[in-house]
Amino acid sequence: MSFDFDLILDSIPKMLMGIGLTFQLLFLSLLLGTALAIILLIMRISGRWYLSWPTMVYIYIFRGTPILVQIFIIYYGFPQLEFIREGIFWPILKEPFGCAIVALTLNTGAYVSEIFRGGVIGVDRGLKEAGAALGLSATHRFIYITAPIAIRLCLPAYSNDVISLQKSTALASTITLLDMTGIARTIVAETYAPYEVFISLMCIYLILTWVIQRSFGWLEKRMSRHIREEV
Amino acid sequence: MSDSGQTNIILMENVDKFFGEFQALKNISLSVKKGERIVVCGPSGSGKSTLIRCINRLEEHSSGKIVVNGHELTSAVKDIDAVRKEVGMVFQSFNLFPHLTVINNLMLAPKLARKASKAEAYDIAMKFLERVKIPEQANKYPSQLSGGQQQRVAIARALCMNPLVMLFDEPTSALDPEMISEVLDVMTDLAQEGMTMIVVTHEMGFARSVADNMIFMDNGEIVEMNSPKEFFDNPKSDRTKLFLSQILTH
Repeated sequence: MSFDFDLILDSIPKMLMGIGLTFQLLFLSLLLGTALAIILLIMRISGRWYLSWPTMVYIYIFRGTPILVQIFIIYYGFPQLEFIREGIFWPILKEPFGCAIVALTLNTGAYVSEIFRGGVIGVDRGLKEAGAALGLSATHRFIYITAPIAIRLCLPAYSNDVISLQKSTALASTITLLDMTGIARTIVAETYAPYEVFISLMCIYLILTWVIQRSFGWLEKRMSRHIREEV
Repeated sequence: MSDSGQTNIILMENVDKFFGEFQALKNISLSVKKGERIVVCGPSGSGKSTLIRCINRLEEHSSGKIVVNGHELTSAVKDIDAVRKEVGMVFQSFNLFPHLTVINNLMLAPKLARKASKAEAYDIAMKFLERVKIPEQANKYPSQLSGGQQQRVAIARALCMNPLVMLFDEPTSALDPEMISEVLDVMTDLAQEGMTMIVVTHEMGFARSVADNMIFMDNGEIVEMNSPKEFFDNPKSDRTKLFLSQILTH
């Protein structure tokens, strides 16, 4: 088998035309998913069963099923339902882009809220008690003591999830979206050269992963200043 | 309500505390007057920490009554807040906020709970850092300080809220021996200025020189309460005698 380097040089710029869409899928669902995760977290640790139980069920469902199936249900299944076609979210759900964002957001929100919960649990109980003894309200304790410490604790796991989400955006190509993977599949369908095209696609994803890793590495270092510095 | 309720800063009446089946406090009654210094000692697991942690509601007592400066502790958030603003606490493990510099550790509560401006909070914080003799460490992080310095910061942090009472939960137990005296010195100064204090400690030299009253606890009960002189020279209970012989002979 011969490797067609011209085809690689030719297809990389074409695939990069989809990088904008890949970024949109990544950043929008990351932003919305993180916001959702915070809401889920607060419900989960509220200590009220009618808030925490639904959250646990939600997390179980979205972590326990393949994201591809979730995308299919939202994209193929929802339009069959009358109340969804007439609901306020129909303008979003009738577009494949909207469906992809909704699926990625709901999925990553479930994972990230569990990551955040791990961070919150990891905060030394004595620090929360010190805050309480100083007369800080529960809200103040959460915002000024628990959250900053928890964020640093869960940063490594969170960066893992961002990388995972970045890869999941490729699944949007299964519902007609022309992100980088979608374009690659189109090129392969035209050229019958899966190796060249998909391997160059892998290289692009690897570069993005490297950038994400380095960014989080920098952030972790910055947020750990108080631990690294010694007398 | 008894008349003594007026002069007592802390009043505990028939307080019980259960952790599941285990009874940590048994029928504790205790009153603490303004300016009084009480040292609590006893074997580990005897309920000393639980006793003082009930006073600022870090533990919820199971039954009985606790009144701090006229506020009875109930499950109402308002009462708990009112009490916590009057009561400062120092922990065995310092519990400084690791992500904040020393000065920010001190400024946090005045800013949030007392609504002090940044400048006011800074002035309060520097005043107390000077009092515990480490103003030069203001901009360091807790991890950059020695244990003794961290505990002094923790004392200053509690004082910034201008408490009526200070609770100390084994404040020197986590310290290297050479750092114990710097912390005890600060506590002695505080006692001499008239601060009302309840100190859980096994530093018997400190207890002898500072305490107005000694409490010995065992199995969740107050076994003996007396002046230091009587307590050390003429302990009444056999349990107290045994405990004192164990900690004083080493």
